[in-house]
Formats: sequence, C-alpha cells, structure tokens
Amino acid sequence: MVAKNYMYRLFGHSPVKPLQTHMEKVVICVQELIPFFEAVNKGDHSEAKNLQKNISKLEKDADKLKKDLRMHLPTGLMMPVSRTDLLEVLRLQDQVANKAKDIAGIMVGRKMVFPEDMGPLFLEYLQRCVDAAEQALVTVNELDELVETGFRGAEVELVKSMLKKLDKIESDTDKIQIKTRATLFKIEKDLPPVDVMFLYKIIEWVGDLADLSQRVGSRLQMMLAR
Amino acid sequence: MDYATIYITLAVVFGLFMAWGIGANDVANAMATSVGSKAITIKQAIIIAAVFEFAGALLAGGQVTKTIRKGMVDAELLSSTPDLLIYGMLASLLAAGIWLIIATYYGWPVSTTHSIVGAIVGFAAVGIGIEAVHWGKVGTIAMSWVVSPLLAGTIAFILFISVQKLIMDTPKPIENAKKYVPYYMFLVGFMIALVTLFKGLKHVGLEMSTGENYFIAISIGLLVMMLGKWKISKINIDPNEDKDFHFANVEKIFAVLMMATACAMAFAHGSNDVANAVGPVAAVVGIVESGGQVAQKSAMPIWVLLLGGIGIVAGLAMYGNRVIATVGSGITALTPSRGFAATLAASMTVVLASGTGLPISTTHTLVGAVLGVGLARGIGALNLGIVRTIFLSWIVTLPAGAILSIIFFFTLKGIFGA
Repeated sequence: MVAKNYMYRLFGHSPVKPLQTHMEKVVICVQELIPFFEAVNKGDHSEAKNLQKNISKLEKDADKLKKDLRMHLPTGLMMPVSRTDLLEVLRLQDQVANKAKDIAGIMVGRKMVFPEDMGPLFLEYLQRCVDAAEQALVTVNELDELVETGFRGAEVELVKSMLKKLDKIESDTDKIQIKTRATLFKIEKDLPPVDVMFLYKIIEWVGDLADLSQRVGSRLQMMLAR
Repeated sequence: MDYATIYITLAVVFGLFMAWGIGANDVANAMATSVGSKAITIKQAIIIAAVFEFAGALLAGGQVTKTIRKGMVDAELLSSTPDLLIYGMLASLLAAGIWLIIATYYGWPVSTTHSIVGAIVGFAAVGIGIEAVHWGKVGTIAMSWVVSPLLAGTIAFILFISVQKLIMDTPKPIENAKKYVPYYMFLVGFMIALVTLFKGLKHVGLEMSTGENYFIAISIGLLVMMLGKWKISKINIDPNEDKDFHFANVEKIFAVLMMATACAMAFAHGSNDVANAVGPVAAVVGIVESGGQVAQKSAMPIWVLLLGGIGIVAGLAMYGNRVIATVGSGITALTPSRGFAATLAASMTVVLASGTGLPISTTHTLVGAVLGVGLARGIGALNLGIVRTIFLSWIVTLPAGAILSIIFFFTLKGIFGA
C-alpha cells in the first residue's frame, strides 16, 4: 500500500533556506578576492591564476544553486514573501558573485598589477566591500526568523539595525572609492593609459560589490515595509 | 431475517475492514503535523493515537454514528423491506472501504467521510428512490464540508496571530512562551472536554448538568495546564542553540503544547471518523436485533463503537507506523508553534462538528487550518496546487463512492434474493 502523502506535499519547499545557502556561497566567492588581491599585489601571477579559477568555480556553484531555487518556485506556491521580491533578492545576490568573477577574470586576463604604493589602498577598499557582502549575508540569515515572526515585532527592529549597519559599510566604501580614485588620478600620467582605464574599471567593479550587497538589503527592507 | 447471523458477521467484517483502513491511513494524516513538527516521535504518535482515538470514538463518537446510521436515509419508507437497508449499509461499507484502498494505492487525497456519505446517498437514491434520501440533512452535511475548513482556518489564523503577538514578536520570547503556553494548554483541555461533555455522555451512563459540565471541563483544562507547566519546567534552555535560529528554545516549549494538541487531534479524529465505519454497522445490527424492525429508537450498542476503536487501533499498529513515517518526516516547514495552531484549530472544529453530529473530513479541516497558519505568514511555503487537488477530490469521491455502493447494493440484493 502506498502512503497518501498529500499532507506532506501540501508543504512546498521553503525558499528561505536555499536563498541563505546561495548567499553563503556568494560570500565565500567574494571573500576569495582578498587572497587574490594579495597575490596580485605580490606579483604572484600563477597563484593569482589558481585563485581566479577557484573564484570562477564558486561562482558556478552559486549559479547552480540559483537555478535550483528558481526551478523549485512554481507559481502555485503560497509564500510569506512575494515571489517577485524573493527572485529579485536572488538575482541581486547572484550579481555579487558575477561581479567577483568578472573582477578576477579581467585582472588575470590582462595580467594586471597595482601601481606602486596603491596595493594596500586597493586591499583596504576591497576589504570594506567584502564586509558589505558579509553584512548582507547576516541580514539574509535573519529571514527565517522574520518568517517565524510574520515580519512583525522585535525581530523587525533587529533586522532594521542590521540594514543600517549595511548602509554604513556601503557609505564607507564610497569614501574609500573616492580616495582610491584620487590617488590613481595623481599618478595616472606616468602609467600606460590602457592599464589606467582598466584600473578605474576595477575600482568601479569592486565598488559594485558593495552597491549590489546594499541592494540585497534594500530589497529585504521592502519585504519588511508592508 | 433468515440471514441474521450472516448479516451481522458481514457488517462486522466490513466495518472492521474500513476502520482498519482509516486507522492505517487517515490517522496518519491527523498525526502528521505533530510528527512533522518534530514535537513527538512516531512511537509517541502511535501510542497517543491508539489511546485517544479509542477514547474519542467511545466518548464522543455517538452523535456522528447516529447521523451516518439513520440521519441520511428515510427508514420509514423501508419499514416493509428492512433487508434493503441492510444491503445498502453493507454495500456502503464495502464501497467506501474499497474506494479508500484504491485511492490510497494511487495516492489520491480522498476523505473517508466523503466516501461513506457518497456511498450511502448513492445506494439510497438509486437503489431505493430519490425520496428515500433526507436531502435536507445531506445538504447540511455538504455545507459543513465547506464550513469546517473555513472555520478551522479562521481559528488557526487567530491562534497563530495571538502566538506572534504574545510570544514571538516580543523582545523576550522565551519568558513569554513559558508564561503563556500553559494557558494554551488549558484551552486545549477545556475546549475538548467541554464539547465532549456537552453533547452528553449518556451512552456511557453519565448525565450531568450544565454547571457540572463547566466544572469538569475547567478541571480538565487546569489539569492539562499543570501537566504542561511541570513539563515546561523540565525543559533545558540552551542559549547555544539560539545562535543559528533564535527561536530554537521557544520551539522546545511549544513542543510540550504540541503534545497536548496531538492528543486532542487524535481524540477529535476518533470522535468523528470512527463513525464512518461504525455507523453502517450499527444500522445493520439495529435492524437485525430488533427482528427486522427498522428501529429508529433502539439504543446504540457500545460494543459497536468499541469495534470501530479496535479496528482503527489495529490498522494503526499494523500500517500507521510506516505511513506516519512517510508523511511526518517530510514536513519540516511546520515548527511546533505553527503546528500547534493548525492542530488545535482543526481538532476544535472536528470535535465541535462531532458534537452536532456532522460527519466532516478531518483531513480537509486540517488542510484548512494549515492554510490559516500560512495566511498568518507563518509557513515558509504552501503548495497551492496540492490544496487544489485535495479539494477537487471532494467532487470525485462522492460519485465514486455512490457508484461503487450502487453496484454492491444490487449484487447483495441478487445474492440474498429480496
């Protein structure tokens, strides 16, 4: 006799846990940029290449998680968060990993190096942007508690304070970005123009890591604001 | 009454067969939310189910049995041909039992209640005549099938919102859980006891006044509350477990409550669904024992209710284990705090319906309650496709039960030659 298991099938797979797993993967991917930048700073191209491969692999893993989650969100699923919000958070999370892959990819492809003395500044800048991604993860990890409390009460206050911290980190990265650009501007005349172009590009992209992380947070905020 | 012994034997065998099926399958659905929320183990579920299903059937199962037995068919019309009613009831039991087995095999979500009601209406309307069916009563029953999930859903919604307001959304959920959960436990004991007492325990030889009823219900509520308090005081609150998920310890407290609601659910299920198997048996026994009278006044023999209880427990013991494991292990979206709201709402609705003698579907009521919790933003995801399938099965089960019972009715009529 086969079991009547419709009572079990009544419960769709909650999308919250997979969303968190995806963000964890994304953050691991982004964190790999730190040893990568260190290797670039030391001029160790073979090490940089290895790390870039790893970043690329982590991004692919995250991609797979993203596709899995999309497949498991049939339209007939009644969720405590809107389908649109959820998919948007997922898309933004995924873009963070994509950006990390692009940064590592182009830096390895063009065998880029940081101009003299700028290594520490780039690392500081990257570190703060990675902080933003980590803070976004902390916030996403509160989603299951939010579902539990029905997006009300004390838990909402906690998440709001986390989002505030995320905004603070993002604004820090903006400041460091301005500083980094200014430093590069001062020495750009002495560097090959194409290299400079791409350095500006990298500065922009690293900043995007924080921007996108902040947008993940903003989307969560929209879930709270109803 | 040439075949008196054969009739009774057949009724007992078919009744046991159906009760066994209910025990093996339907109980699993009733207990699934409790096991699924990890509040109780499968072993505990089986023991709880066995004890409380039996108690529910015996103490509160009388009214619904009466409805199934003689509420839907106009026995007056059959006073000259009591055999027809016997064939019909036997056919209904067989039809509902077989339809259950078929549906279970294919994994269709059907309701035991719907199949037996469909079967009885089917044989009466076709085998005897349209006018033999008490359409008013059948209409009320059909209405209750719409109302019961809605009612359960509303109660579950309110219960869950109250849990959020009083416990989850506060800065100190653990303290508040310890404070308020015992009151919910009181509610469980009080409601179930009150409804059971109010419709009277005459058939087990107890008759009490309204005041006495309230007094006993409150006492039972307090008793459950005390038990809960004692259980909660023994919970080991481990702050470490809250790192990953802040409500881990709160849920431990709710698990105690869930245990009480699981008992209530089993009791409610016993009070309503046992009648599906026992009602027709009681009808056959009543006619045969009164020597062919379509007796409308004969008392319901207690041993018939016992029979239903035994059948259910047997089914549960033989198959329930496996079914509950399959059903219960998959439900992870249901934490004790949510599961309790759904189960308590469903059991309150079912016991209420049992009290008024309405045979409703426990499963559908529970689905309604789960949806209510989901609407209160309490469940990660609900598969609405399955909800649609479950409610569609209403429409299929009624004619299926009816057609099968019509076939068996004419077969039996042919065999015994009326």
